Amino acid sequence: MSQVISAPAATARAATPRRDIGIKRRYAAERRFRAYGLAAITFGLLFLFLLVSSVVSKGYTAFEQTMITIPVEFTESAIDKDNERATNPQKLMTANYPVVARNALAKVLGVDPNDRASMRAVGGMLSDSVRTQLRNIVVNNPSVIGTTQPVSLLAHGDIDSAYKGQIDLSVPETNRKVSDKQVGWMNQLAESGALAGHFNTGIFLNGASSRPEAAGVGVAFIGSLYMMLIVLVLSLPIGVAASIYLEEFAPKNRFTDLIEVNINNLAAVPSIVYGLLGLAVFINFAGLPRSAALVGGLVLTLMTLPTIIIATRAALKAVPPSIRAAALGLGASKMQTVFHHVLPLAMPGILTGTIIGLAHALGETAPLLLIGMVAFVADFPGSPLAPSTALPVQIYMWANEAERAFVERTSGAIIILLIFLVLMNLGAILLRRRFERRW
Amino acid sequence: MKNVKFTVALLAASVAFAGAAAARDQVQVAGSSTVLPYAKIVAEAFGETFPNFKTPVVESGGSSAGLKEFCKGVGPETIDVANSSRAIKSSEVEACKAAGVTEIQEVKIGYDGIVFATDSSNKDLAIVPKDIYQALAAEVVVDGKLVANPYKKWSEVNKDLPDVEIAAYIPGEKHGTREVFEEKVLAQGCKDSGAAEAIKGLVADEKEQHSKCVAVRKDGMAVDIDGDYTETLGRIGSNKNGIGVFGLAFYENNADKLKVATVNGIVPSTETIASGEYPVSRPLFFYVKKAHIGVIPGLKEYVEFFTSDDMIGPDSPLAQYGLVAAPDAEREEIRKAFEDGKVM
Repeated sequence: MSQVISAPAATARAATPRRDIGIKRRYAAERRFRAYGLAAITFGLLFLFLLVSSVVSKGYTAFEQTMITIPVEFTESAIDKDNERATNPQKLMTANYPVVARNALAKVLGVDPNDRASMRAVGGMLSDSVRTQLRNIVVNNPSVIGTTQPVSLLAHGDIDSAYKGQIDLSVPETNRKVSDKQVGWMNQLAESGALAGHFNTGIFLNGASSRPEAAGVGVAFIGSLYMMLIVLVLSLPIGVAASIYLEEFAPKNRFTDLIEVNINNLAAVPSIVYGLLGLAVFINFAGLPRSAALVGGLVLTLMTLPTIIIATRAALKAVPPSIRAAALGLGASKMQTVFHHVLPLAMPGILTGTIIGLAHALGETAPLLLIGMVAFVADFPGSPLAPSTALPVQIYMWANEAERAFVERTSGAIIILLIFLVLMNLGAILLRRRFERRW
Repeated sequence: MKNVKFTVALLAASVAFAGAAAARDQVQVAGSSTVLPYAKIVAEAFGETFPNFKTPVVESGGSSAGLKEFCKGVGPETIDVANSSRAIKSSEVEACKAAGVTEIQEVKIGYDGIVFATDSSNKDLAIVPKDIYQALAAEVVVDGKLVANPYKKWSEVNKDLPDVEIAAYIPGEKHGTREVFEEKVLAQGCKDSGAAEAIKGLVADEKEQHSKCVAVRKDGMAVDIDGDYTETLGRIGSNKNGIGVFGLAFYENNADKLKVATVNGIVPSTETIASGEYPVSRPLFFYVKKAHIGVIPGLKEYVEFFTSDDMIGPDSPLAQYGLVAAPDAEREEIRKAFEDGKVM
């Protein structure tokens, strides 16, 4: 019966034009939306590419350092004239090592030692850090005195820049830091193979220096590491505990609402405000030392806490109530429910929030300015209480330097910071994979 | 697991508050970004020469911020030395006194030249304070009346100057350099052009007269640079007609990219600044807390090392970087004043 009725109806429908349900329009809208999305992603990628390529193209040369490898004569007369090193160990510390290095280079170049102007130009090709370089060799092994050893000496930052082609040598001699004579010597040494670029281990290992060729991010790296550890150790447990209490245990009333509003507000407070707070509380009131990584870590902890609390609360909220209900239904206590079921499921979200907070803290300089961490620190910090600085601070300070050789080192330090961040985020992804649970 | 974490957190927090007031074993310096490169060179050499002392920590942040930190009080949690690109103000000395810093020793380290420079592709430039004043003042005197600065091109100010739009990058107000620029260039130009006389007739208050002379136009032709000289260099790189204000040391390190202007026909150099021929220069200082000498290890040695001829003499690393050394007699005086414990 139904077939009889439906058959003519079907033919009638086929004959009339299809009712317009906007299918074309809807497809077009979808295509447009996809195009917008694609454009947005391309735009973002383009800028990321521009940023990374400009940093890398400017900074990759920072990982190469020009060295001059020459035989250095550790003559007794220059280092320890009166042979008193056995009685006076201070003698080896204070000897005039730059002259030893200069004489060695002059000998290789065939410069007359009595030509004082030329000798000074020869000395200008070497870094002032040869003093510590040669001193360390001699102090560690006093038997080298009286012998000739091949040593790779640091070239001066200006020679380094000139060798890498970063100083315009076509301008008049008076308008640049390297003289024609020095350029001639540089080419002579480069031809003989004595002057060459080597991998720059100093940029990773050395502390801050006023000489670009000897400057490194070592102290800043250790300082950042200390601060990250302090932030992690303090803000993760405090943040997670606070959010679990607020989300799972606290009664919902005006007071907890007020707390929530305040936490959200704190997340948006400019970071310099935390610096002011740190100065007032940790340094002026508690009497902690200035420029210490501990104070930096505490300030950054305060700054990171709201981010972690917000992320953790969101992660806890995202766990379906059925999980809680099932656990409670099987007789688990409230605490067992939270720690055995809800928290493991929320872990990936908590970790993501923590890593975002840490990455944010790693990149901060403003709060560190007021607590004295935007500073020139040459000595490695032995503890979080010793003065240190941070990676972004080192970048900022190098960016303000006048010497040409610091331009590439600034970008080099940015590359190191980016690699540090990528490793951190990679670690977060791996951890998240491990903790990932499904329901 | 959670318990362990909490214990660690509590321990860290208690260490934070209990470890307070630990004695400091390195000199702590803060202040002017102009003095910073010099202080860094000295601090580094100090650490290398005296292995028994730690390398001093040098913070940057500006003269005023440094002096403010300096005047916080006496004790290991306060800084020992404040670098400054200007002399300490009497209001700052008062603030210091109020906080217990009664004995301040002033140490002059030498002089710093302030130069005007354009992109190296430009023609040679010769300027006098009068031109700078007329090009950059907020109001100039025309027909005996103060009017908003009408000049748009350098050639309108002085027909010998290039026929390009005025664009000047001058240090922002938080810099100590700005004060020198105002005093030595704008106020001088105001006087030279006769505007000072005319303003005297128009404005009664003396302070007002001075501020009229040094007020800089705010219509975008003069740009305040609040960052460092690297920012000024960047601005000049993107606007080849722009003229920027630099420290002599910065210019000398970037002389292949910049062309320096003569002022009153004098080329800025360490020699012309030391002799006083080049008009735009200023002394650089640092201030030492006398109460910390003998308490903070290495402080006395640091100051003595800084003021030695090996550091601030005419043939020293600081002079090589761009510091204009003080004359021999003055350096001798500086050393003697510190040794005698002369306070302000």
